[in-house]
Amino acid sequence: MLLDHLPPLLPVVPLLAALLLPPVGAVRRGLVHPLAAGAGAATAILALLALRRVLAEGVIHYHVGGWEPPWGIELVLDHLSAFTAVAVSGVGALALLYAGPAAGAEVRGREASFFGLALLLLASLLGMIVTGDLFNLFVFLEVASISSYALVATGDGRAPLAAFRYIVLGTVGASLYLLGVGHLYLMTGTLNMADLADRLPALASSRVLAVAVGFLVIGLGIKMGLFPLHGWLPDAYTYAPPAVTALIAPIATKAAAYALARILFSVLGVHRALTEVPLMTLLAWAGAVAIVAGGVLAIRQNDLRRLLAYSSVSQMGYIVLGIGLANRPALIGAYLHILNHAMMKGCLFFAAGAAAARLGGPALADLRWMHRRMPLTTACVIVAALSMIGVPPTGGFFSKWYLLVGAVEGGQPVLAGVILVGGLLAAVYMFRVLEHACLVRREEGDHGPAPPSGRSEASPGMLVPLLALGLGILAVGIWNAPIVSGVLRFAAPAGLR
Amino acid sequence: MGGEVVEAWGPGLALVPSLAAAALIPLSARAPALREAWSLLASVAQAAVVLSMVPGAAAGVVLETTLVELAPGVPLVLRADALGCVFAALASGLWVLTTVYSIGYVRGLHEHAQTRYFFCFALSLFAAVGVAFAGNLLTFFLFYEILTLATYPLVAHKETPAAVQAGRMYLAYTLTAGVALLAATAWLQILVGTVEFRPGGILGEAVPPATLWPLLGLFVLGVGVKAALMPLHSWLPVAMIAPTPVSALLHAVAVVKAGVFGVVRVLGYVVGPELLGGLGAWSAVAWLAAATILAGSLLALAQDNLKRLLAFSTVSQLSYVVLGVALGTPSGVVGGIQHIVNHGVTKITLFFCAGAIYVATGKERVSQLAGIGRRMPVTMGVFAVAALGLAGLPPASGFLSKWYLIRGALEAGQWPFVLVWLASSLLNLAYFLPIIISAFFRRSGEAEGVTEAPATLLVPLVVTGAASVLLGVAPGAFLSLASRAAHDILGGILP
Repeated sequence: MLLDHLPPLLPVVPLLAALLLPPVGAVRRGLVHPLAAGAGAATAILALLALRRVLAEGVIHYHVGGWEPPWGIELVLDHLSAFTAVAVSGVGALALLYAGPAAGAEVRGREASFFGLALLLLASLLGMIVTGDLFNLFVFLEVASISSYALVATGDGRAPLAAFRYIVLGTVGASLYLLGVGHLYLMTGTLNMADLADRLPALASSRVLAVAVGFLVIGLGIKMGLFPLHGWLPDAYTYAPPAVTALIAPIATKAAAYALARILFSVLGVHRALTEVPLMTLLAWAGAVAIVAGGVLAIRQNDLRRLLAYSSVSQMGYIVLGIGLANRPALIGAYLHILNHAMMKGCLFFAAGAAAARLGGPALADLRWMHRRMPLTTACVIVAALSMIGVPPTGGFFSKWYLLVGAVEGGQPVLAGVILVGGLLAAVYMFRVLEHACLVRREEGDHGPAPPSGRSEASPGMLVPLLALGLGILAVGIWNAPIVSGVLRFAAPAGLR
Repeated sequence: MGGEVVEAWGPGLALVPSLAAAALIPLSARAPALREAWSLLASVAQAAVVLSMVPGAAAGVVLETTLVELAPGVPLVLRADALGCVFAALASGLWVLTTVYSIGYVRGLHEHAQTRYFFCFALSLFAAVGVAFAGNLLTFFLFYEILTLATYPLVAHKETPAAVQAGRMYLAYTLTAGVALLAATAWLQILVGTVEFRPGGILGEAVPPATLWPLLGLFVLGVGVKAALMPLHSWLPVAMIAPTPVSALLHAVAVVKAGVFGVVRVLGYVVGPELLGGLGAWSAVAWLAAATILAGSLLALAQDNLKRLLAFSTVSQLSYVVLGVALGTPSGVVGGIQHIVNHGVTKITLFFCAGAIYVATGKERVSQLAGIGRRMPVTMGVFAVAALGLAGLPPASGFLSKWYLIRGALEAGQWPFVLVWLASSLLNLAYFLPIIISAFFRRSGEAEGVTEAPATLLVPLVVTGAASVLLGVAPGAFLSLASRAAHDILGGILP
């Protein structure tokens, strides 16, 4: 039965669609976007089915081509990978839907290759998530990166330069990751994650292991934009076409964050291997630095997309901080934040694209009268902003709540303080956005310039995904408890407090 | 939270009208009459639901609604206990009058963004009732933050540079306080495994003083900003840039009372009087409050802007509540809780008067009010009654809570606090009497041609003025609620 092949189907469905697009586009250009959006939706539905199956039957191990591991490639769907797949494919599908009307002039005549690249990106991110093999993960990571470079470069003006910078740094990241994998392979002779997890404890005090892990962490740190390895991120998000940023920003860094957690907990099994370096403590503090630095940098921006890009640097810090704390509540918070940040950043970048199209520019000052001209978009921005700040009952509050409880339980009052201060920094930069979008500067005693007549709300094709995310942020917040006790409780490795 | 707990829909239902209004108001933006009808309807419905629960709560029957789980093991739970009913009844009852007043005010001044104004008002009242009925700290925090954010657009309403700046300051204070409260909540969750409000507190004796003091500090910071406890009060006078109905209901009743209400909840239902007494923390909080009472009154003396004067007076009066509860004696707690109501009703009256004067004359400074009492006799007559009430003179209700408070201080054997209250009363007279005297007995050409404000403004201020007198003459329901709440809090340590 087809559904027995769920793990490979997740990357294969968007991959096949990507291959189909050029011939279809050659026949009828108008079919390209519906097909791409349909493939995205199908992938998201498959991911939900996969999650349901994992919840019902437990972890699914799939051996590609029937080859047993450690010789063949193993795909694994457990609570963590199924959850992340739902988050990435869900937001990814909405971004693909949004990309149709958003892409506009930049891709006219090149629709097939543009959406082909987008689907290739989605396919490779899902590949990273389902794979149980370190080298296989590298391959998917590279495919994802290369399609991202190409997508960023489709923009005009400074986009090619931003893409070049992204290529240079991204390649360094990939090489470091590959070096790390190579070291592990030399030491153990295997690339299968489960197999490695069995063999590594014997090498716990090895210097080589420490070096290998260092390469892996820094490599993935670049890919996920962890401060101070985030150099590629602000330009790429700012100068890429809005449709591209809306796709890359919410989900690409999340897959890298997932890979980091997967390697640390499923391969190294942190508590058993690696006694040489206080790796987790370092990670937690790196996350804390990222939260503050990203937040401070975001406050200084006057371009909405650049502000959101630095906000991403700050928010990725929360995920890394949670991974570094490595106790159950903190990990639940980190994993929940993968979903929450994907949704709120998607929502904000969707809105930024819509606002740029309707109000004329990406600068904060261009948002004047946004609340009158685009009321629904503005409402979504408010919800996403509150989630970013961490106001209940939005989703963002609850990921911070679990992180906070984790930090207190881990006896780390300073890190708890950073989690809270990060929320205040987010309040400063998000309220700068809201002030521009919702308040019209008036003079004393003046009832103000007459509001512009008429609305110019984003087109339905952009508005629907935007509203879906806005409502989703609220829904995840209100019903976070079932997600946590049903899924994420099992995603944290067994044996943790 | 004291007495018998019954699962019921009531407390949850109390949230529905305001939330429904918040949804319907933006949809009716094009039809102002319909839009205001939703506000009025919601305020009446909310008041009806809340008031229907008062008799039960006074008798010790606590209705409880459990909604979703906020986090595993921490439900979103609403409980209408005696203390909660005091605040909810106060806020909902006054919302009805404020809605009428608002309609007159914003139309009289042709305000912009009226839809946003009524939307945020409805959302604020939703949050206030949620704060009142919150059954645990996380639920409390949820509504407390919604209250902060729903009132922000009202503070920045004018959208002038000064208003935008005031809004920023408001957020900086209140969001920082929220962060402290959240930290305390998470700490509590780890420390004792629950964040539920229970009469007499949840912190057992297991908690060492070295932990308790910083925890208490976070709590005081968390609820102290909204309670305008000095030196955390600076946002309140600045927030007076908001339209007067906002200052009246939100910054004299809903928001600041959510702060002092939070102080009572935290001291009485989380930390517990027994533990506080043992630490000597009672007196630390009490002296902070006493200092705020005197300093607030002194600063009020120096104000010329009428609304700012009222704001500093609020700063001072809020600490009456804190000091009363911090005394930890039955009369002190009863007086403190009573003063939440008495000050609320009296102060909203004064703000209504200030707003009526502004709409009728455009004047907002004390020095401009000479002779105004001859032109607006009803408004200034009500103003005089309410102002004297705040100073503790009958017939308005202020004297009653002050009586209980002073008795509470004597019960505790703390006569310095008696002096603090007496001094504050004198200061109250010192800043209110000159206004009244110059309004009625001095002549000024400026007030020529001025008449009373329209009925939509006049009727609410007469009603709240009358209510303030009525609360002094027949305290009835609120007194029994306050006694019940005091009994809940102190039940454990009363002989």
